[in-house]
Amino acid sequence: MKVLALDTSNRPLTAAVLDGNQLLATTTITTERKHAAFALPLVAELLERAHLQPTDLDRVVVANGPGSYTGLRVAVTIGKVLATTLKIQLVGISSLATLALNFSDTNRLIVPLFDARNDLVFSGVYQTEPAGLKTVLPDRHVAFSRWILELQKFHDNLLFVGQDTLHFVDQIKESFPTAVVVSGPKALPQAGELGLAGQKQAVVTDVDHFVPRYLRLTQAEADWQREHPGEEQHNYVEHL
Amino acid sequence: MKSKTSLILAFETSCDETSVAVIRDGRKVLANEVATQIKSHQRFGGVVPEVASRHHIEQITICLEQALQTAQVDYADLSAVAVTYGPGLVGSLLVGVTAAKTVAWAHHLPLLPVNHIAGHIYAAQFVQPIKFPAMALVVSGGHTELVWMPTENQFEIIGETRDDAVGETYDKVGRTMGLAYPAGPQVDQLAQQGHDTFAFPRAMQDEAGYDFSFSGLKSSFINRVHHAEQVHEQLSQVDLAASFQAAAVDVLVDKTVRALHEYPAQQLILAGGVAANHELRQRLASAVANQVRLVMAPAQFCGDNAAMIGAAGWMLEKHQVRADLDLNANPSLEFERIQLKKH
Ligand SMILES: [Zn+2]
Repeated sequence: MKVLALDTSNRPLTAAVLDGNQLLATTTITTERKHAAFALPLVAELLERAHLQPTDLDRVVVANGPGSYTGLRVAVTIGKVLATTLKIQLVGISSLATLALNFSDTNRLIVPLFDARNDLVFSGVYQTEPAGLKTVLPDRHVAFSRWILELQKFHDNLLFVGQDTLHFVDQIKESFPTAVVVSGPKALPQAGELGLAGQKQAVVTDVDHFVPRYLRLTQAEADWQREHPGEEQHNYVEHL
Repeated sequence: MKSKTSLILAFETSCDETSVAVIRDGRKVLANEVATQIKSHQRFGGVVPEVASRHHIEQITICLEQALQTAQVDYADLSAVAVTYGPGLVGSLLVGVTAAKTVAWAHHLPLLPVNHIAGHIYAAQFVQPIKFPAMALVVSGGHTELVWMPTENQFEIIGETRDDAVGETYDKVGRTMGLAYPAGPQVDQLAQQGHDTFAFPRAMQDEAGYDFSFSGLKSSFINRVHHAEQVHEQLSQVDLAASFQAAAVDVLVDKTVRALHEYPAQQLILAGGVAANHELRQRLASAVANQVRLVMAPAQFCGDNAAMIGAAGWMLEKHQVRADLDLNANPSLEFERIQLKKH
């Protein structure tokens, strides 16, 4: 199976091309913010290096959030348009789970974490098992102080991972003195791992309705819902 | 040998419409799928950019598949992919740009980077081929500008609004009158039943140059309505609308007529969402009747749509203007600043 894997959810941009378990080409870049400009040229280059044509692909695997809203839409748009236009399979994997995939050899519970500003984080809890990654607590958008309290039940057997753990390392160490906190290169998403994991996952059956997992309403919608309880509709977009 | 027929797949997502079209030879619309989000943004009284971007990604492949199906064409039939890359809302533009780049790359098709305003102007092609030199009056919620086109692929802004766009002014005035967003067409409707009795100011009519200004008219309108509220005076809604519209249209027509004296155009093109306005269409038509041939985009192609992007893309295709896969959205794209790569 020829697989393209792509993660543009946060500042790192990572893409990989695999043939089954074999990684043919991969690149991770942390210096560019313009994923919309550079993701596709990178994908094109990797396929060229792998001596593949777009039509050779069987499956595209994208990290589908949470993360930066604009960033998420780059990989998700590429993924769903490729799946539609080439009639290939599409798989979406949590951007937090993608970080957890870097730790297949730990028996600690893995807590990937993205800073969502104002003391809020995107986070979840994962565990490595022989069959693959298991979700212990699903991804959420939560106040970091509340999240710390919720994690108490796991005692100290935790591994926090993410570039943004740097902002929280003091609070983490205070509550979990022996927890491992990873913020270096191993806290970068690796599209190679994403591509491997994506081959074991069920494919998206409704590509049209595949959207990023923002895990958060826009401010305008949240305010509107508060002022208009029970008025939410589902036909906000009309085809002329 | 590749056939000489141009068959362009076009994407437009610059604001609150997701649209994909298939255009043959720049003038024949084989499909024009438009998904509008107006109902969603009505909740907020205006377009909320993040909400717009989310709707675009929900709709993009639905519109793509529908357009190809309606046009009865396959990717192998296409000659190029065109896309709006600016101006517009950056998050919205990015969905269309990313989708277009993906299709172009997947099927080895040239990518045509279209300026949204050029698209509005090229909607005139659905009526008749544009004859150059041409002048265009582009009026919409985001734009009010006079564009001079000496030849096919040259656009020069000779006048533009210094503050609010005319469509934006319509929406704000409409809101003051208690009308729902988008208020422009409703103001136009009310105006047709009223009379110009309020004598609102005609901004910059006496100034040389072709720039527009609508903030004075807007303030004057809002002040008049608020004053009436304070003294419990009942104002005629239809006369208010008619007076506002007369002032706005006066300025647009006056500046355009004057520009045509200095710039000898073969055609005047009226384009953009506000080009659907009844009074503007009528008044402009009679004002320039002896001067120049007026071409108005069909009403269905005045609002944002991908068909017009395909028409403008056809012009780029002819001139072999292409973009690379690193094409990015440019939310503040202007004609003067266009930097395209020639291959
Ligand atoms: Zn427009």
